[in-house]
Amino acid sequence: MPRAVTFRFTLALALTALSLPSLMAEAADLVLYSSRKAHLIEPLVEAYEAKTGLDIAFTTDKAAPLIARLEAEGEHTPADMLITVDAGNLWSAARKGVLSPVDSPVLEKNVPEHLQDPENRWFGLSLRARTIVYNTDQVDPAKLSTYGALGDPAWKGKLLLRTSKKVYNQSLVAALIAEHGEEKAEEIVRSWVANLAAPPFSSDTKVIEAVEAGVGAMGVVNTYYFGRYMAKNPDAPLAIFWPNQESTGVHVNVSGAGVVRHAPHRKAAVAFLEWLSSPEAQNMFADANKEYPVNPAVDPSTEVAAWGDFTADPVNVAVFGEKQADAIQLMDRAGYK
Amino acid sequence: MSSNTGVAASAVDAADASRLRRARVFTARRFISGIIALPTACALVVILGAFLTPAPEIWGHMLEHVLPDVTRNTLLLVLGVAVSTTLLGVGLGWLTGGCDFPGRRFFAWALMLPMAMPAYVMAFVSLGLFDVLGPVQSALRALNPALPRWVPDMRSTGGVITVISLTLYPYVYLFARGAFLTQGAAAVDAARILGDSPSRAFFRVALPMARPWIAAGLLLVIMETLADFGAVSIFNYDTFTTAIYKAWYGFFSLEAAAQFASLLVIVALVVHGLERFSRARMRFTQAGRSGEAGRVRLAGWRAWSGTFSCALVFFIAFVAPTLQLVAWSAEAFRLEFDGRYAWLLLRSLTLAGLATIVICFAALALAYVRRGNRDRTTAIATRIATLGYALPGTVLAVGVYIPAAFLDNLLMDAAGRLGLTMGPLLTGTAALMILAYLIRFMAVGFGAVDAGLTRITGSVDEAARLLGARGARLLLRVHAPMLRRALLTAAILVFVDVLKEMPMTLMTRPFGWDTLPVKIFELTSEGEWERAALPALSLVLAGLVPVMLLIRNTEQEPASGRKGG
Repeated sequence: MPRAVTFRFTLALALTALSLPSLMAEAADLVLYSSRKAHLIEPLVEAYEAKTGLDIAFTTDKAAPLIARLEAEGEHTPADMLITVDAGNLWSAARKGVLSPVDSPVLEKNVPEHLQDPENRWFGLSLRARTIVYNTDQVDPAKLSTYGALGDPAWKGKLLLRTSKKVYNQSLVAALIAEHGEEKAEEIVRSWVANLAAPPFSSDTKVIEAVEAGVGAMGVVNTYYFGRYMAKNPDAPLAIFWPNQESTGVHVNVSGAGVVRHAPHRKAAVAFLEWLSSPEAQNMFADANKEYPVNPAVDPSTEVAAWGDFTADPVNVAVFGEKQADAIQLMDRAGYK
Repeated sequence: MSSNTGVAASAVDAADASRLRRARVFTARRFISGIIALPTACALVVILGAFLTPAPEIWGHMLEHVLPDVTRNTLLLVLGVAVSTTLLGVGLGWLTGGCDFPGRRFFAWALMLPMAMPAYVMAFVSLGLFDVLGPVQSALRALNPALPRWVPDMRSTGGVITVISLTLYPYVYLFARGAFLTQGAAAVDAARILGDSPSRAFFRVALPMARPWIAAGLLLVIMETLADFGAVSIFNYDTFTTAIYKAWYGFFSLEAAAQFASLLVIVALVVHGLERFSRARMRFTQAGRSGEAGRVRLAGWRAWSGTFSCALVFFIAFVAPTLQLVAWSAEAFRLEFDGRYAWLLLRSLTLAGLATIVICFAALALAYVRRGNRDRTTAIATRIATLGYALPGTVLAVGVYIPAAFLDNLLMDAAGRLGLTMGPLLTGTAALMILAYLIRFMAVGFGAVDAGLTRITGSVDEAARLLGARGARLLLRVHAPMLRRALLTAAILVFVDVLKEMPMTLMTRPFGWDTLPVKIFELTSEGEWERAALPALSLVLAGLVPVMLLIRNTEQEPASGRKGG
């Protein structure tokens, strides 16, 4: 039956073609797994390729699946570097043993102590501040002070929050636990829930919209969502307030990266990581998403700087990973959905 | 051929003569069912294997503070979606498949289109439309500054049920309409000649006859609802699936997540069992010629209310969300669009096409094996092979990836010991992607093919055998024409499902093989939903083509079955 033979031949050909891409990845000089998105990573990759002549391959997914993938691939992994958002994810990757320590004077100089793993398995590369956004028609900023004070009975029916399932809020509550202890932190979260103007939203942008529309008067969001929103709606009656300036400072988290334990191109990965922390790359890394550079020698973009200076919480961001499970349990108990 | 006999189908006792013959066990065939079920079995073993690593602390917390709520929410959601998709799917299926009214031909295929809209896109769009700053509430506020109380809150149980139902009803619609088209007409004619009113004929004859097909569509709906994560998380509606991801992303415990996911497998098995049980002692067959003759012609206000119902559903489920996507795309076009979109589209279509071919062949093989072998092994293999659909995508993706990487590592280690270097055979190749899609969407292909095969009774085989058609000849000359519609249904459903698939694609795609859903993921995970409108719209448009093809093919129905005998 010649038709069947043709069919089998085509099938074999198709299967061969299908397995080609993996050979292509083998040929790359540096392979990245990233949960920071392609359009934020790509300009950096292209700049570094142009500078060094290296061939870089990368793939994106959420952090947890990428970590599971690294675990499954073990010592045969094609990946050299894991780039992800949120210290909790980096902490989890380190704990699962998929990252290896990097001793680099360059990284020690460029990345502040509290924004990197105490055991040097990951390094923060950009800073994301989580702060208070308020409706300027409804709130006198003089009456705002701390995250905890958002639970003040005066704000009953005024507060808007994103879901407790988002890691940014889990980190924020982890920071509260680190500051106040679990009992006091739970009280605070309960007081937030009592003040909610609407059930928690699924995104920061929805929180900002609802603050603008007057559903509530204030909310807690990352600054880059605020920046993006204002770029589109420059006349919105919104402003941000930096809380905890008299105490711990504004809650900040990082996006960061670490070198994979079984990286086939470890040297290239370390060099790339060092470059990412350098003044040359830091603005590109942070500005693409309106974040703050981690390197103290680098200034944020003018747009970001216009939101004002603030003191940031100096607690080591690894704490957010350690206390994440406690924070989630606490929020579940407090009825924060 | 039975298609001309005009005898109404009825539920008859299953024990007929050919059954004895089938009882003979064909080991080779059972082997085939085993092979098809093997990849899914591997993934399930990995997921169930999580029980070896108990997570008592997480379980304790979840049992006390999370599971009671999410169980209630999940039940409400599944029940609500099941009821509303049945009403929509069967109602609209009967209108376009069994009745005639102005605009019927257009709505017949138009009502399929919402299927091309991924539930997570629909969820976001509907929030965008109905939110405080969305066009609907803004317009109402412009009319009356004090916001009227009756504005529905989309972020509610009713809202989630509505959104998911509007994207999933086409499954029921497609199956139900197919059943009404192929077998309703003649039987309804008979009932009406015997004095039944059209509505009585529908409830007494057409509906009971269509039951297994409606059930097959509903089963897919229920499994997809159970596995949904995207839509429910946009509504911040906590279900069993969000609890699974809380265990994984929140508590960093893939093991606990897999354990919760295993419970979903059990639920899926129970639903499967109920469906099988409900028609255990029935046999359904093709009755009567399909075609235009038997349609109930609606007249006057009835006709126009038919048109209006179809138009309303079509507008809410497709036109309105598409317009919103178009509006957003226009804003994002300059920012987003570049030559890479052609590649994204091409890759999406190629992968979906390849996966569809593989899955349809596998589904056909499995359906035949099960038809010929009513033994326990085959039954179990079939059930395993179709379980992937009920699991949340990302959990299943890990379940697929772990054994694949394990196998690759074994091979690479062995090669290393022989002094050879080799790359992975599975991980990072499109072959693994296709395999992953097979595991996930087998239920969809199988459901459609099996529903079609159910109609070919043993007597057809008997007749064909008497005339000398056996084996491949029986299959090609007799069954194939009769299965055409079922296969097409399977192909389109699988194609559109693969096209929309996100988590498996993310995990198993080779480097650089980004597709449209990958693009949507990239943009939405940074909260840039409006920018994601462009890839979402492209996805919807790409899904339209096969849907139209399918409907065209099922519309020009007659005579297909007559070439055989």
